[in-house]
Amino acid sequence: MTLKEGVPMNRPSMTPDARAALEKAGSSRRDFMKNAGMMLIGFSMAGQASKLAAQSPINPSGLVDATQVDSWLAIGADESITAYSGKCEFGQGFQTVQYQLIAEELSVPMDRVTLIFCDTGYTPDQGVTSGSQSHLAEFGPGGLRQALDTARDALMELASQQLDAPVSQLSVQNGVVFLTSDPTQSVTYGQLVKGKRFNLTLDPNTVPKDPSQYTILGTSVPRIDIPAKATGQFQYVQNVRLRGMLHGKVVRPRVWGAKVVSVDQSAVAGLPGNIQVVVKNDFVGVVADTEWHAIQAAAALNVSWSDGDPLPNFQGLYDFMQQQPSADSLTVDSGDTDSTLQQAAQMVSAQYLHPYQMHGAIASSCAVADVRGGTGPNATARIWSATQGVYPQRDSVAVLLGIPNANVRVIFVEGSGCYGCNGNDTVSFDAALLSQAVGAPVRVQFTRLDEHTAGENYGPAHVNKLNAGVDKNGQIIVWTSEAWTLSKGGRPSAANPGNIITGALAGFPTPVPKPAPANPPRTFANNSNTACNYVTGAVGSNPPGGTGTVASQRVLVHSIPSPFFTGPLRSPERLQNTFANESFMDEIAAAVKADPVQFRARHLKDARLIAVLNAAAKAANWDTRPSPKPGNARTGVVTGRGVSCVLYEGDNGYCALVAEVSVDQDAGTITVTRLTASQDSGPASNPDGLSNQMEGGALQGMSRALFEEVKWNDRAGVITSTDWVSYPVFQWGMPLPVIQTEIISPLNVPKLGAGECTITLVGSAIANAVFDATGVRMRRIPFTPANFLAAKGS
Amino acid sequence: MAAYSLTVNGNAVSLEVDDPNTPLLYLLKDNLSLNGPKFGCGLGQCGSCTVLLDGQPIRSCITAISDSAGHEVITIEGLGTPDNPHPIQQAFIEEQAMHCGYCLSGPMLYGKAFIDQNPGATQDQILAALGQSQLLCRCHSHNRMLRALVRYAQGAV
Repeated sequence: MTLKEGVPMNRPSMTPDARAALEKAGSSRRDFMKNAGMMLIGFSMAGQASKLAAQSPINPSGLVDATQVDSWLAIGADESITAYSGKCEFGQGFQTVQYQLIAEELSVPMDRVTLIFCDTGYTPDQGVTSGSQSHLAEFGPGGLRQALDTARDALMELASQQLDAPVSQLSVQNGVVFLTSDPTQSVTYGQLVKGKRFNLTLDPNTVPKDPSQYTILGTSVPRIDIPAKATGQFQYVQNVRLRGMLHGKVVRPRVWGAKVVSVDQSAVAGLPGNIQVVVKNDFVGVVADTEWHAIQAAAALNVSWSDGDPLPNFQGLYDFMQQQPSADSLTVDSGDTDSTLQQAAQMVSAQYLHPYQMHGAIASSCAVADVRGGTGPNATARIWSATQGVYPQRDSVAVLLGIPNANVRVIFVEGSGCYGCNGNDTVSFDAALLSQAVGAPVRVQFTRLDEHTAGENYGPAHVNKLNAGVDKNGQIIVWTSEAWTLSKGGRPSAANPGNIITGALAGFPTPVPKPAPANPPRTFANNSNTACNYVTGAVGSNPPGGTGTVASQRVLVHSIPSPFFTGPLRSPERLQNTFANESFMDEIAAAVKADPVQFRARHLKDARLIAVLNAAAKAANWDTRPSPKPGNARTGVVTGRGVSCVLYEGDNGYCALVAEVSVDQDAGTITVTRLTASQDSGPASNPDGLSNQMEGGALQGMSRALFEEVKWNDRAGVITSTDWVSYPVFQWGMPLPVIQTEIISPLNVPKLGAGECTITLVGSAIANAVFDATGVRMRRIPFTPANFLAAKGS
Repeated sequence: MAAYSLTVNGNAVSLEVDDPNTPLLYLLKDNLSLNGPKFGCGLGQCGSCTVLLDGQPIRSCITAISDSAGHEVITIEGLGTPDNPHPIQQAFIEEQAMHCGYCLSGPMLYGKAFIDQNPGATQDQILAALGQSQLLCRCHSHNRMLRALVRYAQGAV
């Protein structure tokens, strides 16, 4: 992709230091606005009843009314635009997209905009920033776009009165409204607003700007955070520094599930740094004046731990999973799969295995907490966190600390890429518990051992068993799937602080699935991509929700308690299920000697999914023929290509990906030489940003497919993948594939998810390419040389 | 307490510390409030903490302050600013060569040291050099970072 000329930007959002200073001054948002040259007092629309009353300003207790325009937008007398949103930045570029949206809908230059996001003191509660939902949330009902357009409509109405002309005869540019016929007759937003509030409810009927008129959205505006990051100026949560801040370290049990028997503080008594030891049930930590002193104290502290929980045998995990009582659910069940299978001319069956994997953020997780007044109704807490959900964390921390949630403020500060529920919430709990105990601000950053073994909620392992029947014409007539997954905890919430490790150590219960039979499905809910692309998804009298043609279909999922904490690692379960479904589709195509692209297309009925499939194939110069590739020797180095496609979450982003590989069949090494992805996520807000996400997702997906697996020793009860050597990931120096992206960007359709599409496809596309090259079917991730040689021998 | 004198981004500094084994990284980020070098693993495995010591990239998370004294340290802040970025920083900006950017000190400083010693280095040479360095980027922005380094090597910024 080439980078288009964008709008120059040099306007970072409020820095943590600035926010800290604001906090220290005890300012409310109202005061902040005054300081910024604004007076937000009783703005009422001419022609509307005044709504002066009850303008409780957005305040640190987090009572932000998301139905009110003033909760999203303030326009200053100095023409400044301040917007508030609940969707955060993790390096995915959505901060920049929000600036584009604000500038576009209000017709103002981007450098006039300041966006404050994800702070329970100031911003609307938009849940978590995850699941490829940000575009849907901000461009959809009740989000930022609607607030902006409601405000724009009000501004145009006011301008109409002021300029004595109907709205249809007005134009707007750079925040100036003018008579189209006489631009000298004009008024600015600042002059219209006069430093007041809007006092308007979001209008669900307001009309967005016509996408054909876009000048900022749809262009590759450079990301506004990159100059500060490239020059080391950017403040990550790891760089939050408060006056009087102490440094904490956690002391976790190495044996999984072990409990504190005793804590002997004598070994740390003589160490420098004013060491304090904190114990709360099975939570143990130390606090010191510097981070290095805290590290020494944590290492020296002598904690006796009980025996831990039994762990399943590492090698026998996949058998273990299938033997456990499970909570079952059916995605779809046409009720006729057994009889249809009996009519099939040919049957295909296979089982796919996916390990536990880590988010594995490059930064070990970090947070800063400042808890004052201990516990109870008069205590307060502020937490600087890289969490994906400031409000859920606020409500959960409130329960953890025994402080009313109105007294807890969670302030998002960007950390490294987190890809889901990594250690960012857990470490925030750690900092909060330590700060509460010592009565001072405490910063905690995990060691790499903490992060790998007792910091994050792993992505769960999976077993998927698939069966299909094909008729005499080579058309699939029946598809069944039975999958096993594991679950323990998840994102923290008010109801379940024990969903993450620290909450559990502090004594809160952790939910796990309770065995129960499946109920008949009432609708086709395929948000985990349990059902493949090729079934009709017909449930009851509802319209079919699938993208395919196979009417005889059954998809059953078993969920069992996990020994380890689990959470929504990027493309949660969508990736595991799609690895199985799209590998299996390839196996069926090979069984009937069909070309993998054509075979997919002829079982699809969704035009957009077919379009990305064909676009990826075309861009990759797809060699149309059945797999495996004819003429390849069965020793030495051979090459092949494979394809995969998906409608992410059943309704949230169309993507297809072609992988090209080179395989050394004797050594078992798989080298990915090229990844070509085509994606349709609706109108692309920032094509280069979308391409960047597609590229990163593709390469991260390759890392997960080739290398990544959480490991443990069940006899010792310990996780053995403890660092970047024992949990290898793709790194500089390994062969780097060429990555090509093709973006399909239809204008007048809703926005869809973008950041998790390519990663969902890479495992299956590589497996299909390896089969094409070698005739060896990889049904178990990771595709290590040992696993390739085992598959080759079987 | 012992005082250690060194030069950081051109400024002479004296750092007092009780433990000579204290890694340089903690003093850079906590005593000098620098944001460029970052703690990633503390094991020398990822490279997020990379700084230049007398022009050579090192891991500040496993380099003791006592071994840094008397030397010249450059962090990525020492190269340029958002308003006046160093050409290698400009190359990263033009290529939009990051997602989160947390790992950046590694590829930027290892890349700079190699390219400055090997003007006009090719893409394959740069890749090989970085391959000797054991660097991680967990957002997997490698392709763009490589393009940025090639751009810098070609003097195209």
